[in-house]
Amino acid sequence: MKRGFFSLVGHYLVLCAIGLICIFPFWWTFVTAISTEGNIFAFPPTFWPKAPAFDNFVEAFRVIPIWAFFKNSILITFWTVFWKLLLCSLAAYPLARMRFRGRKLVFGLILATMVMPSEVNFLVNFITVTKLSLVDTYTGVILPNIITAVSILLLKQAFEEVPQDLIDAARVDGADEWTIFWRIVLPLIRPWLATVGILATVEAWNDYIWPFIVMSKPDEFPLSVGVLYLSGTYGSSTRVIAAGTVLTILPMLAVFLSTQRFFMRGMDGAVK
Amino acid sequence: MKTPFKQTLQAYLFLAPALVLFAVFSFWPVGYGSFLAFTDYSLIKPWHWVGLDNFRTIFNNEMFVTGLKNSLLFLIIVPVIQIGAISLAVLVNNKLPGIKLFRAAFYVPVVTTISVVGIMWGFMFHEQGTLNYVLTQLRLVDKPVGWLSDDSIALFAVMFVTVWRGLGWYMVMYLAGLQSIPAEMQEAAILDGANRWQRFWKITVPMLRPTIMVCSIMSVLAALKAYQEVLVLTQGGPLNSTFTGLYYAYDQGLKHLKLPRGLAASFVVSVICVGIMLLCFRYIKPKHR
Repeated sequence: MKRGFFSLVGHYLVLCAIGLICIFPFWWTFVTAISTEGNIFAFPPTFWPKAPAFDNFVEAFRVIPIWAFFKNSILITFWTVFWKLLLCSLAAYPLARMRFRGRKLVFGLILATMVMPSEVNFLVNFITVTKLSLVDTYTGVILPNIITAVSILLLKQAFEEVPQDLIDAARVDGADEWTIFWRIVLPLIRPWLATVGILATVEAWNDYIWPFIVMSKPDEFPLSVGVLYLSGTYGSSTRVIAAGTVLTILPMLAVFLSTQRFFMRGMDGAVK
Repeated sequence: MKTPFKQTLQAYLFLAPALVLFAVFSFWPVGYGSFLAFTDYSLIKPWHWVGLDNFRTIFNNEMFVTGLKNSLLFLIIVPVIQIGAISLAVLVNNKLPGIKLFRAAFYVPVVTTISVVGIMWGFMFHEQGTLNYVLTQLRLVDKPVGWLSDDSIALFAVMFVTVWRGLGWYMVMYLAGLQSIPAEMQEAAILDGANRWQRFWKITVPMLRPTIMVCSIMSVLAALKAYQEVLVLTQGGPLNSTFTGLYYAYDQGLKHLKLPRGLAASFVVSVICVGIMLLCFRYIKPKHR
């Protein structure tokens, strides 16, 4: 299809304009974090680093326990993803490959959680976590985030793509359901596990409200919570806050940029 | 054919952990939360049934009433996000050089935690921030605007951030929809002499219809339940002008530990959400099938 030169230039101009709106806040924050001179809020604003150095990052490490935040974020993210992959595939397998009584009902209930107004659950979940004595524990942060209907649906779809012959052959050889699941089917859906795992990693790392509600000791905050704490409690300089912000987003930015195709695939499955 | 009992048992053993977690953290909150909205529940004292008292309290509370109005006003972002996302998806649904870079750029806000979004837009909305600089340079405003400090503007600033965060996500949804439209349809239309505009309205939009429905419903519910951006940007201020229904629930329930008020407020928001969903399913399903 032929396109006029001007139409093409216009196309790119629009893309650049929207791209700029999406990216600019990140760029400004980055510039502020690595600059050590000049006014922060001034007309005209600084669009390029002045006297770049890592002083602000050093300062950020000094005023707040960023290493602890990092460790906490990694811990929460790792265990959320681990349990999510295990328990969601366990739940998805029978829905995809086994015949049992009440299957439609169970599937319906799982779908129902997708349309329930779940964001309003945090108050009762806070009560539940308090009653279970899980306040201030990572178990309390992780538990409600393990099972999501979307992950189960994606993995169910994955299990459905495994050829029936393979499962039948294993049954003939006398393998029980657990062996079939663990030894044969699960290894085959690794690409899907990766998709769910990566989406879940970003989600767990970025979760802000729930860890903020459950954890009360600053040393135990994950980065997402700690970074706002940095801007609130210490009243630190804008440059130090910007440095903390850069440190918080960098890991997920790296994950996203190196695994972009998984994000597209994950969405693909969610629409179906 | 009857399913053997053993197989059913096995299936439920596989499902058990997930079902338990769903029961405790998804279904229990809905049931128990709705019940507690009619009591004077507190974590330390025994509770009593109080009927509609909590609802009377919150509907006489200016913060909640403003919040509920704001939650409904938030619905204006739905068409903005959806039309924006469809346009973006159409713009990036090609193989032009560098297009993947643009797709990534539009998606980056989606993978950014809300606390960082709050901090960054706090910088942007600063009186001496970049946004005011650009607008004054373009002569669109004569003096810096107090984006987050002017009570007639702050809510719209919050909405803008919601749109900024959501656009990339819906774009990917629509992109998936666009890529499932068979290329032959577009080619046939070109042979028949249809121009871009006609192809967009006669092929793209009807084929995207299911995606548009799903995305719009999700977007409506998300708008009604918006509160996280309020928490990180304005905390309900200035002059309580940016309260939303759920932000009130958070503010009362957790910040001030008045759980019954919080629960009553979230009950009201849930009822509105469920009501809208039922309406949607009722009027959309027949055409859909």
